[in-house]
Amino acid sequence: MIDIILAILSTIGALSILFASIGVLRMPDFYLRLSVTVKASTLGVGLLLICAAIMFPGDVSVTTKSIAIIFFLILTAPIAAHMIAKAAYFTGTPLWKGTVVDELKGMYNKETHCLESDPEKAQPHAKENIAHSDDATD
Amino acid sequence: MSLEAYFDFVILPILTISVLLVFIRLFKGPTVVDRVIALDLIITIGIGIITVYSIRQEQDVLLDVAIILALIAFLGTIAFSYYIEKQQDD
Repeated sequence: MIDIILAILSTIGALSILFASIGVLRMPDFYLRLSVTVKASTLGVGLLLICAAIMFPGDVSVTTKSIAIIFFLILTAPIAAHMIAKAAYFTGTPLWKGTVVDELKGMYNKETHCLESDPEKAQPHAKENIAHSDDATD
Repeated sequence: MSLEAYFDFVILPILTISVLLVFIRLFKGPTVVDRVIALDLIITIGIGIITVYSIRQEQDVLLDVAIILALIAFLGTIAFSYYIEKQQDD
């Protein structure tokens, strides 16, 4: 019975890792690659670690280590993905041509690296430049 | 098919093929950030391979290595994104 549970869990884990790697190879865009990678690989490694925790019964240290790694992965993978996505957006990584909406466009303040809710606040120099150009044309 | 043979001949080859597929993206990757996430994914799959290997060899000590690798992957990605973002200012 335990063998069947272990086989099912490890199969789902290995297949989700395989789908993550196919996705990171085949997706057309950096952001789509990122969104495939993080969730699927965390799920796959978590299931494999649960397999290890079931495989060593009566050994508390293995269970503790497995839970610690799963907790750490679930905690840190979204943070790392968010930071690398923010860095990619700042460096101007191109979006896929089929992207429907880009809600972040113009919302980032390029100097303070903060997200503004008002697009005019995000570019403090844009308005001044327009004013100067108006003066020049007058 | 016993569970040991299943781990040896199904699970480990699937994980190996995954690593090879991600390596293609690591070489191709048009931008730096693509390579960073490919490296992150390779280390994450490495944690899975170490786990399966420790199950097969019945060596629970190997899970300590997995903890350290998870730490290094997180710190590496954070450091890469921090300096890529800083580089943009100069």
